Amino acid sequence: MSRRMVTIDGNEAAAYIAHKTNEVIAIYPITPSSPMGEQADMWSAMGKTNIWGTVPSVIEMQSEGGAAGAVHGALQTGALTTTFTASQGLLLMIPNMYKIAGELTPTVFHVSARTIASHALSIFGDHSDVMATRSTGFALLASNSVQEVMDFALIAQAATLESRIPFLHFFDGFRTSHEVMKIEQLTDEDVRAMISDELVLAHRERALNPNHPVLRGTAQNPDTFFQSRETVNPFYSATPSIVQNIMDKFADLTGRAYHLFDYVGSPTAERVIILMGSGAEAAHETVEFLNESGENVGILKVRLYRPFSTRDMVNALPKTVKKIAVLDRTKEPGSIGEPLYQDVITALAEEIAEPSFPLDAMPTVIGGRYGLSSKEFTPGMVKGIFDELSKEAPKNHFTIGILDDVTHTSLDYDPGFTVLDKDVFRGMFYGLGADGTVGANKNSIKIIGEETDNYAQGYFVYDSKKSGSITISHLRFGRKLIKSTYLIRRANFLACHNFEFLKTLDLLEHVIPGGTFLLNSPYSTDEVWDRLPRNVQKQILDKKIKFYNINALKVAKETGMGVRINTIMQTCFFAISGILPKDEAIRKIKQAIEKTYGKKGEEIVKKNYNAVDQALANLHEISVSGGLTGVEQTGTVVPDDAPAFVKEVTAVMIAGKGEDLPVSAMPVDGTWPTATTKWEKRNITDEIPVWNENICIQCNKCVLACPHAVIRPKIYDASILDKAPETFKHVKAKGKEWGDNEVYTLQVAAEDCTGCAICVDVCPVKDKSNASLKAINMEPQLPLRKAERENWNFFLEIPEVDRSRINQTTVRGSQLLEPLFEFSGACAGCGETPYVKLASQLFGDRMIVANATGCSSIYGGNLPTTPWAKNAEGRGPSWSNSLFEDNAEFGLGFRLTVDKHREHARELLESLRKEVGDELTDAILTADQSDEPGIYEQRLRLEKLEAILKKLDTPQAKQLLSIADNLVRKSIWIMGGDGWAYDIGFGGLDHVLASGRDVNILVLDTEVYSNTGGQASKATPMGAVAKFASSGKDTNKKDLGLIAMSYGNVYVAKVAMGASDAQTVKAFLEAEAYPGPSMIIAYSHCIAHGINMTRGMQQHKYAVESGYWPLYRYNPQLTEKGKNPLVLDSKAPKIHFSEFAYKENRFKMLTKSMPERAKRLLDEADRKAKEHYDFYQKMAKMEPADTKG
Amino acid sequence: MRLSTKYMGFDLQNPLVPSASPLTRDLDTVKRLEDAGAPAIVMYSLFEEEISHDDEELEHYLSHGSYSFAEALSYFPEHQEYIQGPEMYLEQVRVLKEAVDIPVIGSLNGISIGGWIENARLIEEAGADALELNVYYLPTDINQTGTEVKQLFIDILKTVKEKVSIPVAMKIGHYFSALPSFAKRLKNAGADALVMFNRFYQPDINLEELEVEPMLQLSTSDEICLPLRWIAVLRDQLDISLAATSGVHTARDVLKLTMAGADVTMMTSALLKYGPDHLRKLQQDIINWMDEHEYESLNQMRGSMSMQNVPDPGAFMRASYIKILNEFRCE
Repeated sequence: MSRRMVTIDGNEAAAYIAHKTNEVIAIYPITPSSPMGEQADMWSAMGKTNIWGTVPSVIEMQSEGGAAGAVHGALQTGALTTTFTASQGLLLMIPNMYKIAGELTPTVFHVSARTIASHALSIFGDHSDVMATRSTGFALLASNSVQEVMDFALIAQAATLESRIPFLHFFDGFRTSHEVMKIEQLTDEDVRAMISDELVLAHRERALNPNHPVLRGTAQNPDTFFQSRETVNPFYSATPSIVQNIMDKFADLTGRAYHLFDYVGSPTAERVIILMGSGAEAAHETVEFLNESGENVGILKVRLYRPFSTRDMVNALPKTVKKIAVLDRTKEPGSIGEPLYQDVITALAEEIAEPSFPLDAMPTVIGGRYGLSSKEFTPGMVKGIFDELSKEAPKNHFTIGILDDVTHTSLDYDPGFTVLDKDVFRGMFYGLGADGTVGANKNSIKIIGEETDNYAQGYFVYDSKKSGSITISHLRFGRKLIKSTYLIRRANFLACHNFEFLKTLDLLEHVIPGGTFLLNSPYSTDEVWDRLPRNVQKQILDKKIKFYNINALKVAKETGMGVRINTIMQTCFFAISGILPKDEAIRKIKQAIEKTYGKKGEEIVKKNYNAVDQALANLHEISVSGGLTGVEQTGTVVPDDAPAFVKEVTAVMIAGKGEDLPVSAMPVDGTWPTATTKWEKRNITDEIPVWNENICIQCNKCVLACPHAVIRPKIYDASILDKAPETFKHVKAKGKEWGDNEVYTLQVAAEDCTGCAICVDVCPVKDKSNASLKAINMEPQLPLRKAERENWNFFLEIPEVDRSRINQTTVRGSQLLEPLFEFSGACAGCGETPYVKLASQLFGDRMIVANATGCSSIYGGNLPTTPWAKNAEGRGPSWSNSLFEDNAEFGLGFRLTVDKHREHARELLESLRKEVGDELTDAILTADQSDEPGIYEQRLRLEKLEAILKKLDTPQAKQLLSIADNLVRKSIWIMGGDGWAYDIGFGGLDHVLASGRDVNILVLDTEVYSNTGGQASKATPMGAVAKFASSGKDTNKKDLGLIAMSYGNVYVAKVAMGASDAQTVKAFLEAEAYPGPSMIIAYSHCIAHGINMTRGMQQHKYAVESGYWPLYRYNPQLTEKGKNPLVLDSKAPKIHFSEFAYKENRFKMLTKSMPERAKRLLDEADRKAKEHYDFYQKMAKMEPADTKG
Repeated sequence: MRLSTKYMGFDLQNPLVPSASPLTRDLDTVKRLEDAGAPAIVMYSLFEEEISHDDEELEHYLSHGSYSFAEALSYFPEHQEYIQGPEMYLEQVRVLKEAVDIPVIGSLNGISIGGWIENARLIEEAGADALELNVYYLPTDINQTGTEVKQLFIDILKTVKEKVSIPVAMKIGHYFSALPSFAKRLKNAGADALVMFNRFYQPDINLEELEVEPMLQLSTSDEICLPLRWIAVLRDQLDISLAATSGVHTARDVLKLTMAGADVTMMTSALLKYGPDHLRKLQQDIINWMDEHEYESLNQMRGSMSMQNVPDPGAFMRASYIKILNEFRCE
């Protein structure tokens, strides 16, 4: 069978081989490795078999620790088993990796190497995770490119079976795992040729089996452990040559020759760089370019990093080498140097003692760090390192790619240095996440890669927000294999799919002179030039850029494509890029359309064809003979009144220039200021809500539901209005608690709104003269932007409502409280953030938040700007994220500190009673802090205490001063999603619930792993389709609330804001007031449900009405009062589960793929929902237990 | 044989044809209908919206939010094989054809000339014995003329007829001026039968929610008056199969419509209300009535009270306007 050329990414390349060569696959989602597991699962669901003709069994576990355990078990019982992971996930596998290696068990773990969280989490790539496994005994094999990923995945599988040493096959997260590349796909025959069945049988022979029982996993003692540990040495010694032999066999088979160490460059080079991973490709390309330019340099690519063959390494180096720079894509603070550097030095030192030492002399070796967290590694940097090696005393322990102005480790390099190949097409495409740009580009790569002789490469950059996010696609095409593993910075084609980008980003700096610029603008051919910002016009003229314009949105609307401009812009790209003859390109686009939509009917195909034709008809080259008529952009990212840090650091990051920030600009310990989203005015929506004050009933439901805290009410004295802007609205405040002169304003932060329109959906008021209008309605943002900016700024100046005047137990009252969580980058219409915001309103000024990794930690803590905010007094939630799995324990730690410090503060205060005075001491120690006024009073007392303590120059007073704030009740919140609470963190959560300590747990239950792209969790409902449950989950959702109730002393509430906002507010207040552990399980609609997010809150209602999501509050304090602790807050089911479910595509899609199964699962889910409700109803009606004994 | 009739060339053992409804989604129900004596069935409708918009909606929401954020490039399993709207329908045609011996009439419901019409051919290929074309169209544009609306019906019918060789019945509403002439045009355009009439769901206003809600009410026997009149009018003027639908619940309804000239009397509400066995009872009731009144067969009475055959044709016309107002009442 001949081999096919395919355009796939690194993850798919690895999963392709893994699925063909294994019987069991145990996985757990983690970025950037998740797609490997998803693809393996999908292939198995489709019935694809491995080379032995059986479909691999894929199981999702509750954590990577669980996956590793399952892998270990499956291996021990003889199955060929694999897993995929990265970063913290790999760390969780380490204990099992020691065992698997210690027992000489063949397996391959495929790892898309990712940064380990330290001062911050990063989803991007480096080798810190892989390096943490060095001592496990796994062999470490590095792939540098997508082709190598496929090749080495197979080589690793063959080598592990022969050597019995388990392999960790790794490649760079994102750069390789997500890079789409044209590669040669290995065939089943190739795989069979490389994998020895005999060795597979040998593996099975060693399995645990009652027919020939053995015992493995003994406990050994000082007498024999050491000797036993040394028995494996021959296996490790043999592995390098086994791998090389397999590589040679592979070369015979495919023509691609690999070695344990591959040298590239001049055979007489004196300067050599040693590295592994994707950076080696950029270095490879640069070395070839430099040598062609007369340099004499080389690089050594490390393939098999463990077991490290010192002999092979020195033999691979040119004997002339005098200076070596070893690059590590990791950092080991406090070490002599990073691991590869140390290994190279040790290897040279060991080998120089050998008579066979091949080098002329011992070279000088320096080590350096590069590319942490996917930091770019470019030809300029490679040249910079070679230049450094040319120096007499090159800098050791250097960094490259950053400016280290603190310890001055960084090397200088020329960022403008390039190794451009004029035959390579380099295109950049700026799009919005929602416009389909990336999908269209992936399609273009497939067209060009698979249907022409060109090599193709695609890499896609996304920003840090989930709503209104910008995507940048980097596409290269050329006749030669592409080794440029870095972003395009000099494009010969640049497409801007959104006109607004031109106002904030300097796109054309990337276009080479004579390049092509394609713009989607809302303007006509005649008008567009004058609409361009002046700097854009200037660059077009200076660089003689060919400029094309299309109003793609107009074409999309006219051809029935809605707002999806992807096909239109793709057509324009093919029409003017010249990468393919125009007619051929258009034919291929249409073929692709037929392939994608053919099954969906002629109508959709025709519509897309029409869009293609209309795109061509509406695309025009713009004459650039005009002058500089455009408006000068101010270039100001944040306003002048922003804090210095925001102006100097955050603003630079917002502008996309974070790369330019030096080390000195960074906080040393990962501590960043809060309340920064307000400085980033994103203006991402075309429409904003507009308040109709005349019909508003001031219920504040829109305020509660707004996921982004952009709708704010205030009640204030009308005299303030004297200075109000002209269009500032107000109306007399409703309610007898407000005075005659007090007015109400509902203000929208127009520039922060995401346009989700949930506010309109939940508004209960309809205009009596026009039922299509509500008391808040969406209107175009642009005409209102300026006025609303002024209104918003004026609104902020109005004092917040006095908290003591507010009835916080009502929705209306609670929403008058200032939110201390605002303008997050969550998806437009997010179902989680309204709950988070509510907690911040009620308790934010005394709140510490432990946030499990997931959506909430990303929209809560992803730089450049973060949403947790502060009030006018400077108080606000203090927030941290530890890990995914430990969040409950992390939050418990907060409680332990607060309790200890409060106890100690009370002790110290008692001991200082004389100095402080009896009255104040007693008042502080006996204060009632059960409500806002009580806390306010206590704060006043502490101010007095502080004043006294400051005057007392005693150690005790100083001690008390530092912890006295704990005498005000602090609110500890532990937040996270269902992936954390139901799965990976459940053990810890359970322990914290059992601890009896006063913590508040908020489970934002989206019923899938939302952040990693919708994988099933134990919270996923029966019948729903999710990744790893592609045929619909066939088991019931775990009843987390019931488990918590079983302790008897845990406050538990199940809420769904859209079904009962009043019950939600009540539950939050009760949970926080409860002096022990409390847990709120909050129904959170999610983009991963496949719903119209504007209608998200309506789904809460249906979930409750079907009985699937009963609302309740379980308050153990009621037992003490002789009452049943369980109060059921929702009525008996009145609709079938399917009436809720089929409004969501996560359920509906199963009716399209497996209609019979869909019906069966939903009927079963309905039965369970009714049973579930019935059970709670019975519980709620039970006579309370006699607590008096 | 006393109840037998002919409809679009099919010899049916009785005129009690279940009309297009969700009943035909379930194979067991269809079998029960056949057992109870249904002589043919009209399947539930394949809607134009289902063919295009439904799939587009699924496509939209399953891909919504994808390729926007590095950690979540998609939210659903990819490469799923979906049974698209038409495929599921076509499969049901195949299943029903396999399971029952009576003619299966497919039903296609739409209002425009477009790709969806291609499904007429696919329904034929799947084995349907005939096709009912339901142009459920309510003109709301003040600039659209009656002529244009009628032309739309004609064009859709012609397009469908070009695609298939099985008989095609045209199901229409009653909001037409000069209905008889329009009926003639439909026949000339190729219609093998007229199904009269669509029951348009009427909107209602929810006073509390200020929302328009469809009123989903089952028909009552009162509603047969409308098809009765027009079948009586058309029967002797047009050589075409005529199906009465709307309000057929009782044997008396069937008898009246047959006397007016209906070849078949279609029903859904009665079957939803009483279940498939209702067909058995109807047949028996009809026979009982015929025995009592000494009729040999339905054919004998078919059209016996058509406009041409009644002593006073004016009863179907304006001449008896006042009389109708004051006296005439359906039972």
